[in-house]
Amino acid sequence: MWNGDYLFVIRNLVEKDFKVRYRNMSLGVLWSLLNPLIMMSVLTFIFTKIFATRNAGPYFPLTVLCGLVPFNFFATAWVTGTISLQENAQLIKKVPVPREVFPIASVLSNCLHLLIQIALLLAAVAVFGRGVNLNWFWLPVIWALEILFVAGLALAFAPLNLYIRDIRYVVESANTVLFWLVPIFYSFTAIPARFRDLYQFNPVAALVLMMRNILIEGRPPLASTLSRLTFVSFAMLAVGLLIFGKLKQRFYEQL
Amino acid sequence: MPVIEFQNVSKRFRHTTGRQLLRTHILRWFGPAHHRTFDALRAVSFRMEEGESLAIVGANGAGKSTLLSLTAGLIKPDQGRVTVKGRVAALLDLGAGFHPDLTGAENLVLNAALLGLSRRRTKELFEQIVEFSGIRDSIDDPLRTYSNGMVMRLAFSVAIQADPDILLIDEVMAVGDTRFQEKCREALAAFRRAGKSLLFVSHSAPAVREMCRRALWIDQGALMMDGDVDAVLEAYEGRAVMKQPG
Repeated sequence: MWNGDYLFVIRNLVEKDFKVRYRNMSLGVLWSLLNPLIMMSVLTFIFTKIFATRNAGPYFPLTVLCGLVPFNFFATAWVTGTISLQENAQLIKKVPVPREVFPIASVLSNCLHLLIQIALLLAAVAVFGRGVNLNWFWLPVIWALEILFVAGLALAFAPLNLYIRDIRYVVESANTVLFWLVPIFYSFTAIPARFRDLYQFNPVAALVLMMRNILIEGRPPLASTLSRLTFVSFAMLAVGLLIFGKLKQRFYEQL
Repeated sequence: MPVIEFQNVSKRFRHTTGRQLLRTHILRWFGPAHHRTFDALRAVSFRMEEGESLAIVGANGAGKSTLLSLTAGLIKPDQGRVTVKGRVAALLDLGAGFHPDLTGAENLVLNAALLGLSRRRTKELFEQIVEFSGIRDSIDDPLRTYSNGMVMRLAFSVAIQADPDILLIDEVMAVGDTRFQEKCREALAAFRRAGKSLLFVSHSAPAVREMCRRALWIDQGALMMDGDVDAVLEAYEGRAVMKQPG
């Protein structure tokens, strides 16, 4: 029935989120930079001065930032995607627009924020004297896979959150746990060998690993990690669409 | 050829007590199922032909809005079949999809996108919509500075200029001032002359008489009467008077 322009709707929803968010902040975009910088400084202080680890290395702040940026994006996008349907209850009850656009737009609206953080990360790379290399061409590829993965998660969790409103808190708790399970302030080599394969199925951990490969070590991502991320991302998107399709008939009644 | 057809349509809502919390789900697994239900529509059938204007009258909670929501595809019937042919624009709520922090112009574009207009079409229609709304001076102010009447002007202008095949209107016209109401009436008259279809919910008997020749009367989810607007209004108003105490 609704045969409008999907891209135009999604673009408008993304623009709406962005405008509303930044119009209500006096420092605007600066907040996107401040948070990762503060976290980077704190973690660097703790793990080089308090729990001084031997394998910290000269690029420790950069290593941490390579972990924080993907983690921050993932955690925020997962939560905002999960509550996207609830937040747009007004629209869902009154406007017959395809419901899939809400979780997808909410994930994408985090991407502008992400671009700013990636710019910050690249600037940090320059400051630490690790120059530009050809492997930077991999960055859009791995980030596109990550965004697909989060879009799949959002499509799965947003409808679940309508049926059980506690899902939002489950997601928030999962993010707190994930902060420790993603190698943010430790390196991959510090992980015992038998857990490493398992780690690479975690798309956030895989992304952190590849970011470090590319930006710090200046080499392409491992084929095995890349293929696992590709598989997990597309599988998640398929599962998300499936769950969304099954549950969307009764959204109206759940709101 | 009918553009809207309801075949024996029923819709039942569950009274969910409060919100969908984990607690309520767990209690439901253990305890017996004891949710009360509410029949919003019971076995309603009607057809609306292309180019026709149909009014729906009935008391509050009679099922009028459920009928519009089913037509707009917002909900699915529990029983029966709803068939709708053509592009639908629904004006079910004042400012659904409007954000107070965005300007009037930004809200206009967002709303057009939600209604299904393409980017190009929105650009083409932008001037026309602003012109029709008559709020050009405030179009770049944030929506929270608008009065209800101004929001309604904007919402109605987008919907009517989007030129749908079928327009669903739920009781929103009462907000505008007399002059804008007059403008709405003219626009709707032109819309009907163009052979488009209108499904119209209103409590205002004069508006119903002016817009429509045919009306449906719904009471407690059941279709009481379908026919000539004067006869239906007479029956409905007679019933309403009789129901009053004393």
